[in-house]
Amino acid sequence: MGSENFSTFLSVVDLRKSFGGVQALNGLSFTVESGTIKAVIGPNGAGKTTLFNVISGVFPPNTGSIAFDGESIEGKKAGEIARLGVSRTFQNVEVFGRMTVLENVMVGRHIQSRAGIISAGLKLPRMRREERQIREGARDYLKFVGLEHKAGELAGNLPLGEQKLLEIARALATEPKMLLLDEPAGGLNTRETEGLAALIHRILERGITVVLVEHDMNLVMDISDEIVVMNFGEKIAEGKPKEIKNDPVVIEAYLGEEVDYSDL
Amino acid sequence: MEKSNSKILFALIIFLALFPVVVLNVRAIGHYLDVMIFVGIYSLINLGLSLLMGYAGQISLGHAAFFGLGAYSSGILCTKLSLSPWLAMVAGVCLTALVAYIVGVPSLKLKGHYLAMATLGFGVIVYIFFNEEVALTGGPSGFSDIPGLTIFGLDLNNDLYYYILVWSLVLLTLVFSLNVINSRIGRALRSLHDSEVAANAMGVETSRFKVIIFVLSGAYASIAGSLYTHYVGFLSPSSFDLFLSIKLVMMVVVGGMHNIWGALLGTWLLTFLGNEWLHVFRDFDILVYGAVLLAIVMFLPEGLVGLTPKMRWLWKRS
Ligand SMILES: Nc1ncnc2c1ncn2[C@@H]1O[C@H](COP(=O)(O)OP(=O)(O)OP(=O)(O)O)[C@@H](O)[C@H]1O
Ligand SMILES: [Mg+2]
Repeated sequence: MGSENFSTFLSVVDLRKSFGGVQALNGLSFTVESGTIKAVIGPNGAGKTTLFNVISGVFPPNTGSIAFDGESIEGKKAGEIARLGVSRTFQNVEVFGRMTVLENVMVGRHIQSRAGIISAGLKLPRMRREERQIREGARDYLKFVGLEHKAGELAGNLPLGEQKLLEIARALATEPKMLLLDEPAGGLNTRETEGLAALIHRILERGITVVLVEHDMNLVMDISDEIVVMNFGEKIAEGKPKEIKNDPVVIEAYLGEEVDYSDL
Repeated sequence: MEKSNSKILFALIIFLALFPVVVLNVRAIGHYLDVMIFVGIYSLINLGLSLLMGYAGQISLGHAAFFGLGAYSSGILCTKLSLSPWLAMVAGVCLTALVAYIVGVPSLKLKGHYLAMATLGFGVIVYIFFNEEVALTGGPSGFSDIPGLTIFGLDLNNDLYYYILVWSLVLLTLVFSLNVINSRIGRALRSLHDSEVAANAMGVETSRFKVIIFVLSGAYASIAGSLYTHYVGFLSPSSFDLFLSIKLVMMVVVGGMHNIWGALLGTWLLTFLGNEWLHVFRDFDILVYGAVLLAIVMFLPEGLVGLTPKMRWLWKRS
């Protein structure tokens, strides 16, 4: 993307979502500029994963609106949102455990292919060609995250760190314009986390906007362009990493919890 | 197709080719050819049921109804309207697919036991329909004199020819199903099984695929029904009751529902057990079925095909 001026890509306005008595999102608003990394941080239970679930269409918000790339997407189905160019990974990894690593990424190519049941069942030439493209494309994404040597293994047998990478490859395979990463560094060691930071930069270089939920503050401060801080479903601060680091409201929200964020 | 699949397919074709040669030369088991025709007919249903249960993760206790719809479509169209049997078969498939679609769209929104109940209810309704619509279906006593099949003037009313016809259709259906399993649709279905939320996020249209597979499995069952009708030449509702639906599910589970070959193995085993080897038990056969099912669920949740890795391991050790 490079030189063009940044424009609002995602805008979330007054989002609310409750589960029974729990107000997981309580009037949250923020925007993400195209081509940037925005981090969303906050204590456990702040509503970060709920935010991702609402944006990606796992469930609709109670009220509020979400505009992505000029289209309003709140309440749309997950598949429609994926087709509009939003993809994601999951905090508690959701790889397809009984499929191979390569097949996982091939599922990521689903919306970029179209063979129906008849052409698949009859193996029409058009479908064979498409199948080859799916396979080759999937291999490229595996290579991109550095997992090509695991292509034939069952995804469920990979260690956690590699499952997280696999989820990123699978999400990239949908060719998203925006990628939502939910705690990609959770469970990674220091070296793996450094690799992840480099990977996120390469994703950005591909012109993909990144929204990152992460507890690893070093990573967040290091790679984010901007940070939104949430607590109890509300935004309590927003700004550049430097500003957030020294924001008394943020410090209080975190101190109130007495948790060591470096290893969450 | 994957290499292991082509190998098994090849072995199956050899077995199918040798089967009549052996059986027709040994008087005591000459009628096994007839049993094998039924194995083929039920296999056709169970290939679809295996896709539905093992790959789409949905259970149906109503597949006897789809089987019956195909059978009655052929029976009624051929005797009352004197339609060509092949046209009647196609009409049956269209009707059954339509019914499967209408039933599938609302019921596939249900989960687990509720889906089982919904399909069971559907099966019972169709069964009652076969019994009560006397003018159309002949009621409880059914109707007979259904013509046999001919192809290019060749009369297929002969066990060997019918065996070849039925098993050719099974093989075609099998290859079609294997192709589906190894396509983006098969992957989408398998992914659904492992993580529905991730599959959705990848744009897999969960409900749409469940319905497509339900309709496809209904269509398979309908073809099986038409083949059944023309083979036995006689129809009555009792051939399409709830017990058959349960038996079909059992065949798939016993063979191994996460593997399409399991459907064939289970069908073969239970059909021979039921038609041939369980006669000693007479009316207690349902107890034997129950015991077999229980044993499989408890000790072999992957079904009989789940044994193959274990056997390979033993083989390597010895
Ligand atoms: N599907 C759900 N059903 C019921 N309650 C939910 C659901 N999802 C989230 N919640 C509740 O909403 C609140 C916000 O949860 P959420 O998972 O969004 O927090 P989070 O910021 O991602 O926390 P963490 O950092 O621990 O991942 C919590 O109180 C949680 O228990
Ligand atoms: Mg979370």
